[in-house]
Amino acid sequence: MEIVYQMLLAAISSGTPLLFATLGGILIERSGIIQLGAEGLMLMGAVTACMTYLQTGSLGITLLAVCGISLLLGGVHAFLSVSLRANQIVCGLAMTLFGAGFSAYLGKPFSGIPVPRAVPKLDMPWLESVPFIGRIFAHLDLFTWFSFVLVIALHLFIHRTSWGLHLRAMGDNPATADVMGINVQVFRYGYIMVGSILIGLAGADLLLVYSPTWTEGMTTGRGWIAVALVIFARWNPIRALFCAYFFGALDMLGFRIQLIGSEIPSYFLKMIPYVVTILVLMFLGWRNRNKPSGSPESLGIPYIREQRF
Amino acid sequence: MAIEAVPKPSKMKWRSYRIEIDSSKRGSSWWIPFVSVLLALIVCGVFIAANGMNPLPVYKKMFMGAFGTAYGLTETLVKAIPLLLCGLGVAIAYRISVWNIGAEGQFAAGAMAATAVTIYFPNMPGLLIIPTMIIFSIAAGGLWGLLTAIPRTYFQVDELVTSLMLNYVALLALDYFVFGPWKDPQGMNFPGTPVFTAAQSLPVLGDSRLHLGLLFGIIAIVLYGFLIKYTRWGYELRLIGANPEAAKHAGIRISRHILLVMLISGGLAGLAGMAEVSGVTHRLMYGISPGYGYTAIIVAWLAKLHPAGLVVSAFLFGGLIVGGFSVQTIGLPSSISEMLQGAILFFLIAGGTISKFRLRRIR
Repeated sequence: MEIVYQMLLAAISSGTPLLFATLGGILIERSGIIQLGAEGLMLMGAVTACMTYLQTGSLGITLLAVCGISLLLGGVHAFLSVSLRANQIVCGLAMTLFGAGFSAYLGKPFSGIPVPRAVPKLDMPWLESVPFIGRIFAHLDLFTWFSFVLVIALHLFIHRTSWGLHLRAMGDNPATADVMGINVQVFRYGYIMVGSILIGLAGADLLLVYSPTWTEGMTTGRGWIAVALVIFARWNPIRALFCAYFFGALDMLGFRIQLIGSEIPSYFLKMIPYVVTILVLMFLGWRNRNKPSGSPESLGIPYIREQRF
Repeated sequence: MAIEAVPKPSKMKWRSYRIEIDSSKRGSSWWIPFVSVLLALIVCGVFIAANGMNPLPVYKKMFMGAFGTAYGLTETLVKAIPLLLCGLGVAIAYRISVWNIGAEGQFAAGAMAATAVTIYFPNMPGLLIIPTMIIFSIAAGGLWGLLTAIPRTYFQVDELVTSLMLNYVALLALDYFVFGPWKDPQGMNFPGTPVFTAAQSLPVLGDSRLHLGLLFGIIAIVLYGFLIKYTRWGYELRLIGANPEAAKHAGIRISRHILLVMLISGGLAGLAGMAEVSGVTHRLMYGISPGYGYTAIIVAWLAKLHPAGLVVSAFLFGGLIVGGFSVQTIGLPSSISEMLQGAILFFLIAGGTISKFRLRRIR
């Protein structure tokens, strides 16, 4: 029992950054824009969090800075993909390359400096009396709670509100949405920026909660796993929660096996999440070979009013 | 009462422009890459200035470090070799809209395979060893490429995610070998394999570090230019690139093309890995690539997949990497060069689209 409890907690703590990034990706891709810059955005979020937190010591300012930088980068992505109708795939790649290089440049002086645990825990000892589940929820940090709220809020938003209906319409058929009176360009800008903030927060969460210091390329592909998770979760926030924790658990599995004292070299254990990602994607592709994947139908196609391609 | 259908121009001024595809323009503008590089330099210069450094001396240092001396120039060429081979591989895949961003992993796979030959057949006769290393590295890189192509063709898996995941797998495998079974016992705990013998190393030009790999790159480029332009296979690739639907109806087996193209694409990156270990580092070691596989993406884009353009952009980005290393002497991180690369790509995309569209005033 104890080991299951430990595993669940570990899965949640390493899955939360993935969850934030996946939710951001879902929001952006639901509006019909491919988001492949998650890795770069997460790195920029993490380095901004590291710099501002070490210099100001205030969580509020840190979060504001992370939101600001994510807004800025999201704005660039929106400008290129919505206004200029650029190739969204290359756009995301550029975001990843720029984010990796720029964060390494900015973070160099802060590399290896331990970051104090900034995010307060929401201690609720009275919850411990609830059997099993209570112990998990009694001592989670604020970010994790925020992510729970976000999952539910986004689910309700996308599937139960008229704005969510507009969002889905925009991703499936922007021309129709436009005729319905939705300003596709403006809303796409908005969703890209909000989604980018969530992905930036994923990086901040990774640094402030999960990892002890800033290191170059510290996301180690988590942004890309989040891109894959958007596909696993079939663009649905509730499924995203379970998928993110599943991968969080995989991430931790390597450490656990090492702690038990296994003979398998740690390099192979670290490969687990990447290999599983590919295998799960292959399984999904095989299972859904004759079915729609659930992806927004106009994903990746720039929308230009009054123009056919 | 007539309904006022047209809004007053004065109020709707911001709407009175429209972006549309300029059908009169064919091809793309030659000046875009130059402007992109310039704008990227300006934007990154602002960041460098914001960080408390004067960007001009930094850029001068980078430029002189990369192109200013004979040593710098050969170093730039040395760095251009893997970029040329990887960039070519990436470009071939992009031709049919296969987004191979796994050149980094395929590079590592090739480097590992070439090193495996030196480790398991240390006494192979001189004339045989280099060709064997070449064949093994191409096979390993190609296999790594196939691992991306098979899920793409048979399981509808996005090759972007797969190829990137495989990068991490390959780099972890490389770390395992250099820290584990292949580590040089006389290496003072240095994470690398034993140094290659003279027979296992590619010949170099005079006293410089410039090695035979340059020839591989040039041969591959010429072959690429010829095959794309003058063969049936190249024609089919161009057709798939231009209009996959039409190609399918013309009876072209796209899935088979994807498999072959990824095999070639990975094989070229694998060859680059072999050239790097055998020509430059003379051993497999930790952190062997400063992101060649990722830079190759931009090399291919800057060149617009054109063979001659590939040569120029590989040389330019080789210089950018060398320049990045040279600013370390004035206490700046070499990641400046990565930052510039990302910014250049941003402006390239923007410029590519701007040149394709035109702004028209609506009256």
